[in-house]
Amino acid sequence: MPNMSPKKVQIPEQDPQIRRKNFDEVALGYTLEQAMEEATRCLQCKTKPCVDGCPVNVPIPEFIKAVEDGNIDEAYSIITKENALPAICGRVCPQESQCEGRCVRAKKGESVGIGRLERFVADYIMSKGNIEPKNIEKNGIKVAVVGAGPAGLTCAGELAKKGYEVTVFEALHELGGVLLYGIPEFRLPKSLVAKEVQSIIDMGVEINKNVIVGRSITVDELFEEGYKAIFVGSGAGLPKFMNLEGENLNGVYSANEFLTRVNLMKAYDFPNNPTPVKTGKRVAVVGGGNVAMDAARTAVRLGAEEVYIVYRRGEEELPARLEEIHHAKEEGVIFKLLNNPTKIIGDEKGWVTGMECVQMELGEPDDSGRRRPRVKENSEFILPVETVVIAIGQSPNPLIRQTTPGLSVESWGGIIVQEETMETSKEYVYAGGDAVTGAATVILAMGAGKTAAEAIHKKVLELQG
Amino acid sequence: MYKIVDKKQLNEAVELMVIKAPYVARKCEPGQFIILRADNNSERIPLTIADYNREEETVTIIYQVVGYSTKVLYEKQVGDSVVDFVGPLGKPTELKKHKKVLGIGGGVGAAPLYPQIRKLHEMGVEVDVILGGRSDEYIILEEEFKAVTKNLYFATNDGSKGKEGFVTDILNELIANGEEYDEVIAIGPLVMMKAVVGITKPLNIQTAVSLNPVMIDGTGMCGGCRVTVGNEIKFACVDGPDFDGLLVDFDECLRRQNMYKEEEHSCRIGLEGGQNNA
Repeated sequence: MPNMSPKKVQIPEQDPQIRRKNFDEVALGYTLEQAMEEATRCLQCKTKPCVDGCPVNVPIPEFIKAVEDGNIDEAYSIITKENALPAICGRVCPQESQCEGRCVRAKKGESVGIGRLERFVADYIMSKGNIEPKNIEKNGIKVAVVGAGPAGLTCAGELAKKGYEVTVFEALHELGGVLLYGIPEFRLPKSLVAKEVQSIIDMGVEINKNVIVGRSITVDELFEEGYKAIFVGSGAGLPKFMNLEGENLNGVYSANEFLTRVNLMKAYDFPNNPTPVKTGKRVAVVGGGNVAMDAARTAVRLGAEEVYIVYRRGEEELPARLEEIHHAKEEGVIFKLLNNPTKIIGDEKGWVTGMECVQMELGEPDDSGRRRPRVKENSEFILPVETVVIAIGQSPNPLIRQTTPGLSVESWGGIIVQEETMETSKEYVYAGGDAVTGAATVILAMGAGKTAAEAIHKKVLELQG
Repeated sequence: MYKIVDKKQLNEAVELMVIKAPYVARKCEPGQFIILRADNNSERIPLTIADYNREEETVTIIYQVVGYSTKVLYEKQVGDSVVDFVGPLGKPTELKKHKKVLGIGGGVGAAPLYPQIRKLHEMGVEVDVILGGRSDEYIILEEEFKAVTKNLYFATNDGSKGKEGFVTDILNELIANGEEYDEVIAIGPLVMMKAVVGITKPLNIQTAVSLNPVMIDGTGMCGGCRVTVGNEIKFACVDGPDFDGLLVDFDECLRRQNMYKEEEHSCRIGLEGGQNNA
């Protein structure tokens, strides 16, 4: 008899007043008992709408059944057949709009806590110690993967499982891409990223750090070195700015810079770590997505007294996950909705002192389906802040398209691919993740990496005759 | 890990290091830079490439000890390694086959200037160079420059070598004497490059500068290195580091460079030869 409680088993979380002052993870995760209880809420429906909502097709009811039975090893092996990074996905996937959004239970009450269960299974197995790497027979075919983020790592892992000799080329000095430099510790502990990345390396994937494909070596040179196919998962690149007056004043950051200083270079621990970050008493974050929430909550933890989210649309239009918005509010982030910056103001030394904004109101829906904001007349006001973080997205990095003849890109820079295979206009070159879609989610990038791996396998086999 | 195969102290604050880095050595061109981390707790420091040897797969960097992370680097010995060394970054300099070019190198700025001047020399361009520094011992790469220039001038603050004064004093003299240059390439502290442009802009002499703003990843991701060039925002790491000096907003660069002054931040391309060596 399934547990018909309309609510998910609560997940223990750090108290907002305490977590405002630390970078430890906010949600603490289920115990075995809590997980088994939540698992009994799954109806085990035959139609499995949740699986259709998952970009990597994790067999969700099956793994939940194993949790219900207390067979966590089995649950882990069911998940990892389809998803190599469950501890990460369990934490950062937008479950409410994917698997959980389609859960039958969500029609009356809350959906099954699929993300929380996935996270529990991964954490439980990792806490038990080493996961035995499987012995895979190599097929001697070399494939190169550009970028050690979610798209590249997934593609590398899938190909390694099939026996390919995979080399991942990464520009930074650590592995994980946006999981590392973008997503803060309090949402995704870096030690977990390291463990899940290691599980992919353990499949026999070779890693080549500090190599920028497009600069250190080109795509064509990789082919010359004997790689039969190349997957480009180079991620989103250049941060977007608003072209506001005063945007280059001291104290204005792109979200990427702000988060990279803190997450990758550990600026929160300055001077124990030598890379600094400057946070004033009052911080305005411009934008309403997950990255904006991450930046705002990071600013809170760095000691800012007032942190604002400045977003030109309303609450309902905020693109961030509900959970992140909720957490941000709990931590004291102030939401200035229906406000848009028009100018950044500085003192005589060039440091930010405020941001001029206008109020907005919503008109008819635009092409994106969201109601178009327009300026309310005579509504200018100045928000006094010392730091401004611009979190309005990125455009793809130009380095690969500049040095890869034959690679077609969209006018905004995204690499053009065939959706079913992720193959680009250049034969044997595949791409996926933010390099193709612009800033999107971790799980979509993983889905693309997986699709590409399947397609590469098929095409290279054909080549072998 | 990237092994230090040679090192040489050029003066009390400036050191040359030759580092084994196959990917960079194979591809780098004059004008490009690298980012290194000396050890696992260091910053990512951008440094310009002073020289390279494709056969030996080595890259030469010249840097000044200005903060925590360059000090860690300085303490490394031949045979030790740096943990990360990535590049080549930035766009190679577009060297044109002019008739006559003037190079101006201030302090450690002489280091990135050298490969450009050598290449111009190889291209058959006639080159004069002015090197500036605080004193005689702050002049670097004198012999190297001598081999590839027609006229080599010096300016030092204390007059211990060449003219007592600034590189701009010599520039003014050369122009007053009727020397005509198709292009000036100025690399050094921002105040020096700004002063050079102050002279060349009214005369409309094409002037290339190499900017060294704060940066983290060096691939365009962080946007920390943004500079205003001709009213457009550019990222020094992917659009530069060379820019048309006549269009650069130097005051903004100077201001942004001081952003981490209190923190003794040293995350720059490493051209800062102190404030007084222009």
